[in-house]
Amino acid sequence: MKEKVKAKIMDEKKMQRTFLRLAVEVLERNRDMDKLVLIGIQTRGVYVAKRIQQLIKEQENVNVPLGILDITMFRDDLHRHERQPAVRKTEIKFSVEDKDIVLIDDVLFTGRTIRAAMDSIFELGRPASVQLAVLIDRGHRELPISPDFSGKFLPTARRERVKVMLKELDGQDQVLITETAGF
Amino acid sequence: MAKKSFRQDHLLGIEHLRVEDIEVILETAEAFIEVSSRDVKKVPALKGKTVVNLFFENSTRTRSSFEIAAKRLSADLINFSASASSLKKGESLKDTVLTLEAMNPHIIVIRHSASGSPLYLTTFARSSIVNAGDGFHEHPTQALLDALTAKQELGTLRGLKIAIIGDILHSRVARSNIFLHHKLGNEIALIGPPSLVPKEFEQLGATVYYDIRAGVRNADVVMMLRVQEERGARNYFPSIREYRNRFAITRDIFRLAKKRAILMHPGPINRDVEIDTAMADAPESVILKQVTNGIAVRMAVLYLLKGELDEAAN
Repeated sequence: MKEKVKAKIMDEKKMQRTFLRLAVEVLERNRDMDKLVLIGIQTRGVYVAKRIQQLIKEQENVNVPLGILDITMFRDDLHRHERQPAVRKTEIKFSVEDKDIVLIDDVLFTGRTIRAAMDSIFELGRPASVQLAVLIDRGHRELPISPDFSGKFLPTARRERVKVMLKELDGQDQVLITETAGF
Repeated sequence: MAKKSFRQDHLLGIEHLRVEDIEVILETAEAFIEVSSRDVKKVPALKGKTVVNLFFENSTRTRSSFEIAAKRLSADLINFSASASSLKKGESLKDTVLTLEAMNPHIIVIRHSASGSPLYLTTFARSSIVNAGDGFHEHPTQALLDALTAKQELGTLRGLKIAIIGDILHSRVARSNIFLHHKLGNEIALIGPPSLVPKEFEQLGATVYYDIRAGVRNADVVMMLRVQEERGARNYFPSIREYRNRFAITRDIFRLAKKRAILMHPGPINRDVEIDTAMADAPESVILKQVTNGIAVRMAVLYLLKGELDEAAN
């Protein structure tokens, strides 16, 4: 099966601008910086969160705590896989109790990942609030979940794939729409 | 980069695993360590699954470790021990397992004094079988938790020298560790009296030493085995005192190992028999970390097996 690139949605410059806007919007909404924490969802959400954390630091000169969350164990489709999906590291070194959490992922699709992430977070304590920031909202929601901060709303077809590429993992910053040929 | 995957329906031993399977288990276990550090030590990964602990030999730590592991994954767990069971009433192992399977469990964890009994279960069972120690054969989760501990403490599982000291002949822990470290390309030194460390073990890729000093020299991991009196180990050497004088780990001998070396023991330990009491409590001793890691490793194994076998495969 070959993956065909259908369109390039963002380049490096556009992504940087979007990350900055997301960081500023998070700051505008959360004036109490002592309560603010970021939680990135494995894998790409973690890197998006790191970018936003760095931009907040440049804006306000504060280090907002950043946690890493793997939602695999809270997935609702574990019984459907033939082989169990890989479990990656969760590392949240702060208490979530009474914090304003900004949950961060690269792409928002069905909303099931976010449901799993919220269940996982509430096992750790009772936050004051949970907000959601995503780089791309591609639609097709299956749950009543919507982002508080969205980099770009991108209407897609279900069979298409939104591929967020990041320097740290992929060597370059860009967002592509791809489609797998050969069905 | 191709994704590594675990491709086994059962965990019968280390011998038949691929290096990739071992790596996936250890990486999954590393992720599960965090769950045990939470206030609420539970994740829903195996909700609705049933795990049966089927123990035909006495065991406290392995059985409780599997029990805690299953519960932290939200699986339901049933403990079935031989002393309380129908085996006393003459039921065969096969009938016992078939009866349990009629209750539709997903995973059966078995400990049995007969080598190969977990493999035997796979010939008719529909559940995933996990070997929790079979006779003198294998104890795979112990070797995996030892490996996880070594990886944490030493930062790597490659290029190591592993010294295993004691009753190799009767030890399933030793065999599983030998298989594991041989697969990873590590140097393995087996140390003990000739009666308990037959030269034939060298065919598994190890070197046999009868002098503890020579064997321990430059080791990264020093692994002590218990003198298993219940398996008649006492018949293999003249006296406990002589055994202790020649094969117990003391500070003087441990100094011959590498500077960063760690001391392991699968437990239960016999203080001042195979392990000098000061060494058991020394900073280099990771015996209690092994116990903690045992839970994460068993969580990983239960999670990866999951236990829904393709009916057609049976």
